[in-house]
This record gives sequence, structure tokens and C-alpha cells, in this order.
Amino acid sequence: MSAVSAVDTAFIIVCSMLVMLMTPALALFYGGLVRSRNVLSTTMHSFSLLGVVSILWATLGFTLAFGPDIGGVTGDFSALFLRGIGADPLPFAGSIPGILFAAFQCMFAVLTVALVSGSYAERIHFPAMLLFSALWLIFVYCPMAHWVWGKGWLGELGALDFAGGAVVHMSSGAGALAAAHALGPRLDLGGGGGGHIVPHNLPMTLLGGGLLWFGWFGFNSGSALSAGVLAAHALFTTHLAAAAGILGWILVEWKYTGKPTTLGVASGALAGLVAITPGAGFVEVLPAVLIGFVGGIVCYGAVLLKSRLGYDDALDVVGIHGAGGTWGALATGVFAAAAVNGVDGLAYGNPGQMWIQLLSVAATWIFCYSVSRILLYLVDRIVGLRAAPESELTGLDISEHNERAYQI
Amino acid sequence: MKKLEIIIRPSKLMAVKKALETLGIHGMSISEIRGYGRQRGHKEVYRGATLESQFVPKVQISSLVHDEAVQKVVDATLEAARTGELGDGKIFVLPVENVIRIRTGESGNDAL
Repeated sequence: MSAVSAVDTAFIIVCSMLVMLMTPALALFYGGLVRSRNVLSTTMHSFSLLGVVSILWATLGFTLAFGPDIGGVTGDFSALFLRGIGADPLPFAGSIPGILFAAFQCMFAVLTVALVSGSYAERIHFPAMLLFSALWLIFVYCPMAHWVWGKGWLGELGALDFAGGAVVHMSSGAGALAAAHALGPRLDLGGGGGGHIVPHNLPMTLLGGGLLWFGWFGFNSGSALSAGVLAAHALFTTHLAAAAGILGWILVEWKYTGKPTTLGVASGALAGLVAITPGAGFVEVLPAVLIGFVGGIVCYGAVLLKSRLGYDDALDVVGIHGAGGTWGALATGVFAAAAVNGVDGLAYGNPGQMWIQLLSVAATWIFCYSVSRILLYLVDRIVGLRAAPESELTGLDISEHNERAYQI
Repeated sequence: MKKLEIIIRPSKLMAVKKALETLGIHGMSISEIRGYGRQRGHKEVYRGATLESQFVPKVQISSLVHDEAVQKVVDATLEAARTGELGDGKIFVLPVENVIRIRTGESGNDAL
């Protein structure tokens, strides 16, 4: 058992707080994108999950994800209710107290479950949202976190995922696709079709996007799990990828629609951040810029796909987190450099890493999508997934929560 | 006494207000409205998806005017609000049966 470092501990405490901020930031980001009659219900998804997921994580989730491994598949039950997790460091982070590692990971779990909510916004029945999210944490997120970070089979195989390309973004993207398929499209999408509506408050979305970017520094550099060179490196690769994501996105939209937009800037930054998440602590700075730039372009294209494929992923969780996470995981297989964190990718003469990354992408999508579909089926049978048609048309703020965001 | 309902481009509000003040019109209510006539809607683009906005933002000014002043007000408004493009708006002139000032109970022209 190695010694606790005060510096690392202070650093990860701050990073945990930054990652916590990402969930309210996501609520703002998503809340601005929906119609005014659904802004509170959309915000409620993120805020209620801060409650539900945090408690479930401390009681059951943590031990399933990070308890002693059983067969590469799951953690055991030895840390139920965080039993035995305290001052001593865990094998995952040798210089911070185990309790801090559990707290840091708790914030990731909350955010990931909340990310999925962008898909089913504006039409899900609130009790169904709570039940699905609780089940999704236990049966999708916890296994994914264990497989990649908790000494499970994907991590042992050598799959690279620095801060959650697979665990956070591909998993939420696959869950979002499953939810869009299971719920079907919203009732009154109007002439635009393909799940496109006019966002009711873009300044709110931009503020949320800015705060997500800020929180992402805790997410990515905190994933170094110590306050050293690697954390500093991840901080800057993260920032530059977000910057390049803006450029990639607005360049293509400028070319194809004639004008750059503020929603394009916010979406492009997010796309760049998602894309660099798996590689932030594995790739050099210049490849990080490329990963972010291409991420902006890939996600722009992926968002448009939903019209072609006909699923109503309301706020583009698949297009941004699913597509961006997939691109980032593959790009990490190409650009990982031993000089940064001990592993070379394809570009540095290690084609084998590419195969591992491909396998992790396929396994993540298949596992997360299929288990999500099963959970959605069960929840539909138990409480009914969708709000009643008249409730949906009235707006979920009034019909599910008895509140209105804007008076007069 | 007539009521004028003047629907104009939001960008022309200050010009029209100034023109009416010059004519001694010292009261008006305005509302932000949305609608369409021959101009139809306009295009908006969100995340690469083009949406037709059915209704265009306009400002509606409502004001009460003595009968003899109506023509002057109409002329001044035409001058101030016209760009010559589709979407400049409309002026409705409506008869008013009576006006009552709530504070004093005065009615008719006294209440203007």
C-alpha cells in the first residue's frame, strides 16, 4: 500500500468538484435546446440523477465497478455501502485515499447517466426515467467501468480509454440510440422532420457548453489520478481539441449552410472534448488538435444522420457522444505515443493497438445498446416509458412536474 | 376618434415612434407579435438542419387618434416604416366607440 500524497489528494478533490459541475452544466446545455414547455423537465433529468445515481453509486455501484474482480466481468460485493473504503489508497490510484477515488468516480457515473437523457427528452414519463436510469447505472455503466478501469477484461486486454471514451461517451451514445428506438419520435416535430426543433434559449445552451468545457478539465486531467506531468498534458490536449472542434464544426456548417452559428460553436467544442476524452493522456499535442478538428466534422455529419435513419435522438447524444467517442477511441489507437504514457499506436509502429481499440468499440456498442434495449423494454412493461400524448403536447413541465419555467 | 393598429418591422419602431411624437401623439402601446403575410416565413439553421420558421417577428403599435389627425399619422408612418421590400407591414384604421380614463372616469375626447 503506497503513501497518500497531499498534493494529489488536493488535486483530485478539486477535479471531483469540477466533474460534479458538469451535470448542472449539462442541464443548462440540454435545457436551452428543448422547447420552453419542456425546459424544467429536461433540467430535472440531470438534477434528479445527481440524487439517484450518487446514492446508488455509494451503496451498490462502486463495488460492482471497482470491487475485487470476478472473472474480468464484474466487481464483487465486498465494498457494498463503501465498506472498507477509506484512507487507504486503492490499486487504481495509489496516492489518494480510496474514499476520494470513489467520490471522483461517482461524479463520472452521474454525468454518464445524465448524458443519455438528451435522447429521450420532451417525451419520457418521469418515473420511467428514474427507473431506467437506476437500472442503466447498475447493468450498463458499472460493467463498462469495471471492464475498462476496474481490472476487467477490456482494460487487461490493453484497450486505451484515458477518461471515458467508451465508459462515458460511447456507452451513453449507445444507450441514447436504444432509447430513441424504444420510445419513438416526439409527436409534434413539425415540418423540419428528423427530430429537429427550434431551441428555445441558445444563450442558456452556450453557458452550459462553456461550463462543460471548464468541468472537462477536471474530467480529463483528473483522470491522470495524480497531480503530475500527465495531468498537465491532458489539460492542454483537452483544451486544444475543444478549440479545434469549434473550427472543424463551423467550417463545415459555413460551407454547407452558408453561415456559422453559435450552436455550431458550442456543439463543435463539445465534439472536440468528447473526441479527445479517450486519448487525452495518451496522444501528443498536435494529434490532439487533429482529433478535435476531425471530431467536429465527424459529429456534424453524425448529427445529420438521424434524419436519414429516422430515429428521434432529441438532443443528439448519439451524434455527439456516440460518434465522437467512437472516433476518439479509434484515433487513440492511431496516435497513442509511448513518450506520453507508455503505449504506442498505429502511427508509431504498433498496429496491434488498433485492433484492440476496434474490439473495444464493437464490444461497447453491442453490449450497451442491447442491454439498454432490454432495460427499456422492462421499464415500459412496469411503468410505461412515454408520457401520455396530451401530457407531451401540453409540455412535460406542467404535466409531469406542475411547474412552468417562464411566468407571464 | 380612430384606433390605429400599425404592424411594422421591429427595426422601424424607433423611427415610427419619433415620427408620431413629432405629430403630437403622446401615447401608444406596443406589442411584439409574430405573423406572416405575403412575406411568408424565413429560414433558420440548427446543427445543420434547416427549419422554416412560419412566423416572422413584428411590432404592433396601437394608438388612439382624433379623426382629423388620422391622415397625417398614416402619412408619417408610411414615410418612417417603408423600405419597399416585402414585409413592411400594414396599418389598420378602426372606429372607436368610446374611451374611458380609469383614474378620473372621463370619457370620449376628454379621455384621450
